Amino acid sequence: MNIQDYTVTRTSNAIRVAAILGFIVLVALIAAPYWAGRADLRLMGELFLYLALASLWNLMAGYAGLVSVGQQAFVGFGGYMLFALTMFAGLHPIPAIGTAGLLGALISVPVAFLIFRLRGAYFAIGTWVIAEVFRLSFAQISSLGGGSGSSLPIAIVKSLAGSRGARESLSYWLALGAAVLVVTSVYVFLRSRKGLALTAIRDNELAAGSLGIDIWRTKFVVYVVTSALTAMIGALIFLQKLRISPDAAFSVNDWTAFVIFIVVIGGIGTIEGPIIGTLVFFALRETLADLGTIYLLVLGVVAIVVMLKFPKGVWGFIRQRFDLQIFPLAYRVARRDNKGA
Amino acid sequence: MDWLNAIVQGTLLGGLYALFAAGLSLIFGVMRLVNIAHGDLIVLGAYLGLTVTTATGLHPLLALFLIVPAMGLIGYALQRGMLNQTLGSDLLPPLLVTFGLSVILQNGLLELYTADPQKLDAGSLETASVTVGGLSLGVLPVLTFFVALAVIGGLQWMFYKTPLGRAFRAVSDNQDIAQLMGLNRRHIFGLAMALALGVTAIAGILLGIRTSFDPSIGGGRLIFGFEAVIIGGLGNLWGTLVGGIILGIAQTIGAKIDPGWQLLAGHIAFLVILAVRPNGLFPRTTE
Repeated sequence: MNIQDYTVTRTSNAIRVAAILGFIVLVALIAAPYWAGRADLRLMGELFLYLALASLWNLMAGYAGLVSVGQQAFVGFGGYMLFALTMFAGLHPIPAIGTAGLLGALISVPVAFLIFRLRGAYFAIGTWVIAEVFRLSFAQISSLGGGSGSSLPIAIVKSLAGSRGARESLSYWLALGAAVLVVTSVYVFLRSRKGLALTAIRDNELAAGSLGIDIWRTKFVVYVVTSALTAMIGALIFLQKLRISPDAAFSVNDWTAFVIFIVVIGGIGTIEGPIIGTLVFFALRETLADLGTIYLLVLGVVAIVVMLKFPKGVWGFIRQRFDLQIFPLAYRVARRDNKGA
Repeated sequence: MDWLNAIVQGTLLGGLYALFAAGLSLIFGVMRLVNIAHGDLIVLGAYLGLTVTTATGLHPLLALFLIVPAMGLIGYALQRGMLNQTLGSDLLPPLLVTFGLSVILQNGLLELYTADPQKLDAGSLETASVTVGGLSLGVLPVLTFFVALAVIGGLQWMFYKTPLGRAFRAVSDNQDIAQLMGLNRRHIFGLAMALALGVTAIAGILLGIRTSFDPSIGGGRLIFGFEAVIIGGLGNLWGTLVGGIILGIAQTIGAKIDPGWQLLAGHIAFLVILAVRPNGLFPRTTE
């Protein structure tokens, strides 16, 4: 039992296998427009956008302790910016998506200065007030259709791609790209120095502060980056829908309640959780959606039961049971020579 | 005169918002719980009022004698059966569980009562008015305001002058020591939630007489109550009343400028106060 016999590593065989499988799945997904039907493509596109929203919410709530019930503010803001930039500034939709993200970051700075004054649960409701302010403000802008909203002009839709098939493929790839971008950024961020600070804050805010981590600043950076990316996802969502209205854009049910369910069911505070949660959520939705309100009742009950009985969600359970990690954040001690183990 | 009228009407409206807020303030004060489903519970109170008045033909205000105890029982059961399990140092479980509860209440009400707007029938009380110094005041808003004064005065008295209030303050200060002194905090929390939902029932009935309601309006009522609490300052019940009044006045003045600005003006007033006085106007506790 020499210390030289051991090594500190982040990888394991399971992670290597998962990485290879993940790569194969990703290639298959990129090729989906060539093998999947139109309806499946739309469903998968929606799934990827929800995965991106859930990963972002998880970064805020699960790691930075910023529990927001007002992320619809940035989804709607991004959507409206896409419409405004393409209709009034004549921008092509794809650069408009990026610009919407930048504007989302800009607007989130004063918002953060205001609502960071609220602690804990009051912060959560404060974010909701902000979303309401956004909704009511956009409902006042008559050039964007006021309270009844507006549709994206056909010329702008056509500027994306000539044929309908090409447009749907492009919109699918954008959604897939957004999900991959968000999950990868969250992963890379959490492995960085700032990410380590964030994990420390999650585990114990007081101790992290005493080690010299600037808590306010770390949370602020997370909030601004999350808002920017959420605004980009919002722009993508409404590029798919082609129609926007204040009630749809700033819907607390669509953009926050469902996202929270996904994260809670999948496992909050893990990268894998939102992925599992999104799959569970869409499986439930596709099988139960015909039941209408009953489906939402079931979702509410499932979320409460999971929160009370399995607070770490599905992935937390798996990780505890099998000591498995697909996105390696933690280090582990392993024997140098695996044959001896 | 128009502006004076807007201010007076806004003050009276503030009474209703203070009633929305009182239950929220009470449970936050006792157990540091912020109930996201609070607005939906207000709406539940209104729907219970609808069922009782249509089934028995009682006047909505008389129906309060049935609905306040009923909501109190619901509150006690909710706290003992579910919410007590979420309390601890972690902030997430109570938040997410009450969020789930909000979704359940909203869709449950939708399933039972449909999305059609409903209203409580209070007969002549709805339209009666008195003229005071040239201003025409609705009897219902005036009544609501005095009910708010009575409820907040009653809660204040209960908190500082009764054994129950002492128990509330004790568990609020230190749960473990209160437990050692022979208080069962689970029971005390249950009583606090029962009391809070009793107040919520009053708010719900008065809301239902004043305007039409449907299952989706809970979130908006939660936000008004929350804004009143923050404007007034955490843990200060009279401050909450002032917060409600400020919110009410901001809304009526906003509506006077442009009807589309009513809600926005209230939210902006809240954000301005948050920017200038982060702890509210009359803070009593710091978290």
